[in-house]
This record gives sequence, C-alpha cells and structure tokens, in this order.
Amino acid sequence: MKELTCIVCPRGCRLTIDDELNVTGNSCPRGAQYAKDELTNPKRMITSFMRVKNRENCVVSVKTSTSIPKGKIFDVMEEINKVGVDAPTHIGDIAISNVLGLGADIVITKNIK
Amino acid sequence: MIKRDLVIIGGGSAGMAAAIEAKKNGIDDILILEKDNVLGGILNQCIHNGFGLTEFKEELTGPEYLSRFADVVKEMGIEYKLDSLVLDVTENKVVTYSNANDGIVNIEAKAIVFATGCYERSAGAIQLSGDRCSGIITAGTAQKYLNIHGYLAGKRIVILGSGDIGLIMARRMTLEGAKVLCVSELMPYSNGLNRNIAQCLNDYNIPLYLSRSVLRVEGKSGRVEKVVLAAVDDKMKFIPGTEMEFECDTLLLSVGLIPYVSLLDKLHAEMSSTKGAKVNDQLMTSIPGVFACGNCLHVHDVVDFVTDEGREAGRGAANYIKGLSEKKRHITVKPGNGVGYVIPQYIETDLNNDITFKFRVRKPIKDVFVNFKSGDTLIQKVVKMVLIPSEMVMIKINKSKLENLPVDEIEVSLEERK
Ligand SMILES: Cc1cc2nc3c(=O)[nH]c(=O)nc-3n(C[C@H](O)[C@H](O)[C@H](O)COP(=O)(O)OP(=O)(O)OC[C@H]3O[C@@H](n4cnc5c(N)ncnc54)[C@H](O)[C@@H]3O)c2cc1C
Ligand code: SF4
Repeated sequence: MKELTCIVCPRGCRLTIDDELNVTGNSCPRGAQYAKDELTNPKRMITSFMRVKNRENCVVSVKTSTSIPKGKIFDVMEEINKVGVDAPTHIGDIAISNVLGLGADIVITKNIK
Repeated sequence: MIKRDLVIIGGGSAGMAAAIEAKKNGIDDILILEKDNVLGGILNQCIHNGFGLTEFKEELTGPEYLSRFADVVKEMGIEYKLDSLVLDVTENKVVTYSNANDGIVNIEAKAIVFATGCYERSAGAIQLSGDRCSGIITAGTAQKYLNIHGYLAGKRIVILGSGDIGLIMARRMTLEGAKVLCVSELMPYSNGLNRNIAQCLNDYNIPLYLSRSVLRVEGKSGRVEKVVLAAVDDKMKFIPGTEMEFECDTLLLSVGLIPYVSLLDKLHAEMSSTKGAKVNDQLMTSIPGVFACGNCLHVHDVVDFVTDEGREAGRGAANYIKGLSEKKRHITVKPGNGVGYVIPQYIETDLNNDITFKFRVRKPIKDVFVNFKSGDTLIQKVVKMVLIPSEMVMIKINKSKLENLPVDEIEVSLEERK
C-alpha cells in the first residue's frame, strides 16, 4: 500500500495504491493511470528556457512535448542548456527533436519577435 | 478630452478576458492600457505547465495560455496600448495614462475595468529580523529574473513561505543547478497546492518544515550568509532551543499576495477584508461604472478562474454601458463561521441567471456543510469533503433562490457534519 498525491490537475487528490495496482481516492480515471505509472515508471514534464542567441539577455521558454522518465530530468536539462535558438520563435516550434532518444521533443512555448 | 466607452486597466488574463467578453456583448469602443511591454501579465513569467485545464481541457504553460487570449484580442481588433502606465483615475471616470509616444493623456470613459493584478508581500511587510543585506527577494521577482532574463538569483536558497510561487521556484531553481535547502512555513499547513508539494518539493527531496519561521537572517558581509529558522508555538511565538541554521546566499520570500488597488483606494471605493474592492453581482465596485476582476479583486490560484471572472466583469461593464444594470435591491453577503471572505459582497441586479459565490475557508476543514442563510431561512446547503484555505471554493446558486429573502442579508458559513 502506498499513498501519493495526484499531480495531474490542481485538485491534487490523495491516492492510495496497493501491490495489485488497485487505486482508490482518485476523482477521475487520469488519477488511476497516474498512480500506476508512478509505481512502475514515474514520468514528469519539464519546463525550462533556452537562450535566444541573437537577442541580448533574452531567453525563450520551452517544455517537453510529453513526459519523460523522472530519472532523466537532469540529463534532459543538460541537453536543453547546451543549445540556444534564434529569434523569431513561435509556440510549437521544435527546438530539439527526440531528446536523448526518449521520444519527447523540446518545444518552444513563447512567441518572440 | 478623448472619450471611450470602456477602458480596461491591465492587460493580464483578467483584462484580456474582460475586453473580449465586452466586445462579444456589443461594446466596440474598448481600450486596454498595459504598463508592461507585452500582454499577458504575470503569466509571461510562469513558464511551468498546469494552466488551462478548465478552459481548454489541456495542460498549457503560462505563455501558451496567455497567447491564446492575446491572439483573440488581436483578431477581434481590440485596441491596446503597451508601455502605458495608468497614473490616475477620477470619480468621473477620467483615466490618466502616460507612455513615450502619447505623453500624458486623459480619457473619459463610460466604464472602467480594473484588472491590475496583485503584488507580493515583501521583507518589510513581514518584519523579518536580522541583518539588512542583499539576497532577500520575493519568489515572484526571482521567477522574473530567471524565466524572463535568464539568471539565477542565488546558488544556495532557503524559501520562507509555502505559497505556490515559492514551491514552483524551488523546483525551477533546482533544475537550473541551485541548491534549495528547505521551505519553511509559519502555519501548521502548507499554503500551496498539494500537487506542487508533491512535484516541486518531494520529487527533489526538498524538506518542508511546518510551524517554522525565520528567527533571523545573518549577513554581515552585505549578502545573506545564514538563515536561522525556529519552531513557533500555536501563538506564533518562537520556541527557544528549536533553532536550525542554514548556510545560504539567498532567502526567497513567498509569503502572500496582495491585490494591487492603490488607484481604487484613491477613489475611496469601499474595500473588503481581501484587500480588494467590494463588488456586487456585476463585479461593480461602490463607484458606479467602475469594475474589478482577477487578482486585483481577490488573489486567485488558478488562472482559468481569473479568465472567467474577467468575462464576468466584461459583461458587467457592457450591461452598465447599455444602461441595463439598474439596481433593484441591496442584499449584503457576508462571511460567517469558518469563512474568510465571500465575493460578491452585494447582490443588486437581477441580470444573472445564477450567481457564483466565491470564498475561502479560514483553515483546513473536513466533512462540512456550506450553508447559505438569509436570517433563519436556509437558501442552500452544500456538502464538501475537504476545504483548504489555498483553494478557492465556488458555489453557484440559481437566481430564483435569491428572491423574496426574509432579510436583505445572506450569510455563508460552515457547519461540521456529525
Ligand atoms: C509572481 C506570481 C506567480 C504566479 N504563479 C502562478 C502559477 O504558477 N499558476 C497560477 O495558476 N497562477 C499563478 N499566479 C496567479 C496569477 O497571477 C493569476 O492566476 C492570473 O494570471 C492573474 O491574472 P490578472 O490578470 O488578475 O493579473 P496579472 O496577470 O498580474 O495582470 C495584471 C496586469 O495589470 C498591469 N498593470 C497593473 N497596474 C497597472 C497600471 N497602473 N497601469 C497599467 N497597467 C497596469 C500589469 O502590468 C499586469 O500586466 C501567480 C501570481 C504571481 C503574482
Ligand atoms: S485524480 Fe483526477 S481529479 Fe484528482 S487530481 Fe488526479 S487528475 Fe485531478
């Protein structure tokens, strides 16, 4: 039996999950899926920024297109910090595709002219 | 003097939603005045995700969320001026703003929506004791430094206050290579969302100390060198012998947000305990034709609700401009047992089919009824399993239930379920 807080939405339901992966406490199906993933293969989205090379003191925000294994967070951060992008940037542009072969892209989340 | 139908002060989530909704309700002559160089307000620096679950059924980052509304503002041809600071507003609804191109300009408006957001409580406001040194900054300022300008405010960090911005910054700064030593919260419970404690602290093994606060800050060199925490008793007094010392270079404060209302205050609008203005069911303040919404009315934790409130104010302003918002009654809504505040404070028109009452509880509580009473008459009873101060509660009541009340007063209170 394990207790955890669902992080899928701001409600933050308190979940319990047993060894057979039965979940209680969730207010919606996404909570059950989260608890199962959390026990078997915990994943997280990352949001950060990249330097904009052709602008002074300027950064642009980015996110992973899908969640990545929790244990890889700092490796992915290193990849994000290695490179920069050039303005203009557009929401949805891919800055790094399939980062570290994890199946997630690093996607721009801000328009910069 | 220049005349406009509707002037909106602040182009954040609340202001943009108010403008869009007013336009949809037939008001064409709208001007948004924004002091920053972009639309979107505080969301420009909230690069994490978790915005828009109610509004768009997907999880967006702050900049993505705001750009959807900024795009609509532009598509609808709503006029906005950036880098334009509103300096003054008079009772006759003359708005004075200034910017580099126009100089100082007066505009006479038929209606005004305040959507000026909130500001963070600072070190002075909480009477922090110890050396006065650099390295003490609010979490929101550190967020701006990092997410907009790209630099870290410090390398070894102690965070005071468990508000969401502090929690989010604990994770952000950790990801960027800083060491966040702990989060210290004065209250016996956290003020942040559970999910942020899970994903921002627990994920990175950052301890959260409850019922603890900063005893003193040491920084003889001119920069923070050490923060000493100590436990507090239930009267918020420090307990001797419980000191914990942390060598660090930065103390981040996440100790509360306060509606930004200095201009409304100057108008002598009636103010509430939320530090925002009192409003009626149209979100109109005590000054006719002046409306308030978003964080300058009361501090929100979820932007989707800010957007919704902005829309409400936009409709309210449109009704007012069209001469529809005649006051037909004056019902006072007040907080009762366990309730901190309730919005709206007054019900005066009968324009809405439902009225959404928004409130916060004073402390975490389980298994309660929320009672809406007028005199001895129970108007509505709602069961709630868990209520916590960090989550705003919203309960909708149909207009038919608010007619023929025994007294011109509604009280919202909590009752424990046996
Ligand atoms: C530092 C900080 C971090 C936050 N992080 C989160 C988060 O992670 N998740 C979340 O859901 N919510 C967060 N919030 C709450 C968030 O602010 C709201 O959810 C929402 O974005 C507020 O919208 P708003 O339009 O009311 O205010 P704002 O977005 O603050 O917009 C107010 C606008 O008014 C402008 N303005 C103010 N005064 C004047 C003037 N005199 N003249 C002209 N323009 C003026 C400001 O420049 C600003 O653009 C945060 C709040 C703060 C303060
Ligand atoms: S279980 Fe569903 S409702 Fe509860 S926090 Fe998770 S996603 Fe949100």
